[in-house]
Amino acid sequence: MSSAPALVLEHVHKSFDKREVLKGIDLSVAEHEVVCLIGASGSGKSTLLRCVNLIEPIDGGRIFVGGREVTKRGLDVNEVRRGIGIVFQSFNLFPHMTVLENVTLGPRKARRLDRAEADAQGVELLRRFGLEDRRSDYPDRLSGGQQQRVAIVRALAMQPQLMLLDEVTSALDPELVAEVLSVIRELAEGGMTMLIATHEMSFAADIASRVCFLDQGVLLEEGRPEEIFRSPSNPRTQEFLRRIIAAGRL
Amino acid sequence: MEGDRRSRILGGMSSDARSVTIALASTVVFFAVLVLVITSSPGWPEVKAAFFNREVFSDAFPEVLRAFWLNIKIFCVAEVFILAFALVIAVLRSLPGPVFFPLRALAIVYTDFFRGIPTILLIFILGFGVPALGLSGVPTSALVWATVALIIIYSAYVAEVYRAGIESVHPSQDAAARSLGLSRAQSLRYVVVPQAVRRVVPPLLNDFIGLQKDTALVALIGPVEAFRQAQIDTSATFNFTPYVAAALIFVAFTIPLARLTDWLNERSRRRRLAAGIAP
Repeated sequence: MSSAPALVLEHVHKSFDKREVLKGIDLSVAEHEVVCLIGASGSGKSTLLRCVNLIEPIDGGRIFVGGREVTKRGLDVNEVRRGIGIVFQSFNLFPHMTVLENVTLGPRKARRLDRAEADAQGVELLRRFGLEDRRSDYPDRLSGGQQQRVAIVRALAMQPQLMLLDEVTSALDPELVAEVLSVIRELAEGGMTMLIATHEMSFAADIASRVCFLDQGVLLEEGRPEEIFRSPSNPRTQEFLRRIIAAGRL
Repeated sequence: MEGDRRSRILGGMSSDARSVTIALASTVVFFAVLVLVITSSPGWPEVKAAFFNREVFSDAFPEVLRAFWLNIKIFCVAEVFILAFALVIAVLRSLPGPVFFPLRALAIVYTDFFRGIPTILLIFILGFGVPALGLSGVPTSALVWATVALIIIYSAYVAEVYRAGIESVHPSQDAAARSLGLSRAQSLRYVVVPQAVRRVVPPLLNDFIGLQKDTALVALIGPVEAFRQAQIDTSATFNFTPYVAAALIFVAFTIPLARLTDWLNERSRRRRLAAGIAP
C-alpha cells in the first residue's frame, strides 16, 4: 500500500474566459477517504472534479494522483483517466449501446480486455448492484435511478483507484435518490476513495470522512462533518447551512 | 353551422372514413380539372402526338429500361465510395485543436469548392481531360471518370450532412467516453460517429435521390444510359415519347426512396418525442 495520498491539489486555478472559477484550491484526499464538496451552485464543485479528471485543463497549480503528477505536460491523459472514475449529474450513458455494452466499452477499448473477459467482469459487477436482468436493455428503457447506477458500474468497470461523483442524484426524482445513495454507501464501506460533489447534506453528514465548503472558487472551510454541520466557524458557511436548513434539506 | 351541414352529408361515417372520402374526392376533382384544362388547350393534339405516342412508347420503353441498368450500376458504385469518403472528410473537419488546422482547412476548402462547381462541368473536365493525359495505368473510360466526378461532388454534400450529425451529438457523450480513458479516435469511432450516422440517415437518403437523378448527366460525355438511349430513340422516330418513358422510369425508382425517407423522418421524430427531447 502506497503512503502517498490518493489525490493532492496544489493551488489549482481555473478560469473560463475572464471568469475565475477556481481561485487556488489546496486539497488532499487520503486513500479510502470519502471527501464531500458542498457549496452553492456555481461555487466550482463540478469544475474541480472535471479538472481532476483532466476533462478541463487547469490554468495554474498541480494535481497529483497516487503520488504522481498528472498535470505535467506530455503525459498520456488517456492512461491517467483510466485510473479515475467519474460519474456525471446527467448520467451520460451511451444511448446506442445496451447496458452491458456501456459497462464493457472502457475495459474492451481502453484496457484491451477481450470481449469474453470484459463481459464476464461486467455481468459480475451488474449482478453486485442488482442490474443483471437489465444487461440487454438500452438506457432509455431504464429509470433514472437505474441509469445512474449503470453509470456508476461503468466507471467501476475500469477498476479506478479514485471515484469522482458530480451531483449524481441532482437529476433524479426524489423517490429514486435512495437507491443511488445506497450504492455509493456500499462503495464507501468497501474502502473506495471518493471525492463527491453533492447537495444531499444529510447524506454527506452520514458518509463523509471530511466535508469541504467551497464558495466562489475558494475552499473556505474543511473538517469532519459534525464540525462543519454543527459548528461551522466561517460566517459564509453558517449562512449557506442556514439556507439549506431553511429549505428543509438537512 | 358548417359542421352541422357536413355531418348531414356524410352522416354516420367515422371521422377517419370521412377524411379519406374528402381527400379522395378533392384529388379526383383536382386532376379532372387539370386534365380538362390541358386536353382542351389549342395545341393539345400536336403535343399528344409528339409526347404521348402509344406505339413509340411500347417500342422505346424496353430499350430505355435496359439502358437504365447502367444508371443503377453507376448509382450503386458511386454511393459506396461517397458514403466512405464523405465520412473521412467530415471527421477531418471535426478534429479539434490547432495541430489539426491544416486537415480542417483542407476539408473546408474541399466542401466549399466542390459544392460550388456545377456537376456537369466536373464531368466534362474529368471525362475528357483525364483520358487525354495519356497516363499509363489510368483508366481511359469516360464512364469511369464521369462516375468519379459524381463521387467527388456528392461527397462534398454528404460530408456536410455527416458533419451536422457529428455536431448534433452532445459534447457530454464525448466527455463520458474520454473519461473512461478512450482516446479521441476511439471516442469518435465507438461513441460519436455511430450516433451521428443514425441521426442523418433521412437526409442521406435525400442526397441518394439527387444522385440517382444526376446519373443521367453521365450521358453527356458518351455512355449510353437511360437518358441517352431515349435521345437515340427520339432522333430515330422524330418523336419525344421516349423521353417520357425515361422520366417515368426515373420517377418509379426514386418514389420508393422518397417514401422510405419520409417514413424514417417520421419514425425519428416520434422517437425524439417519446424520449422527451424537443424535435
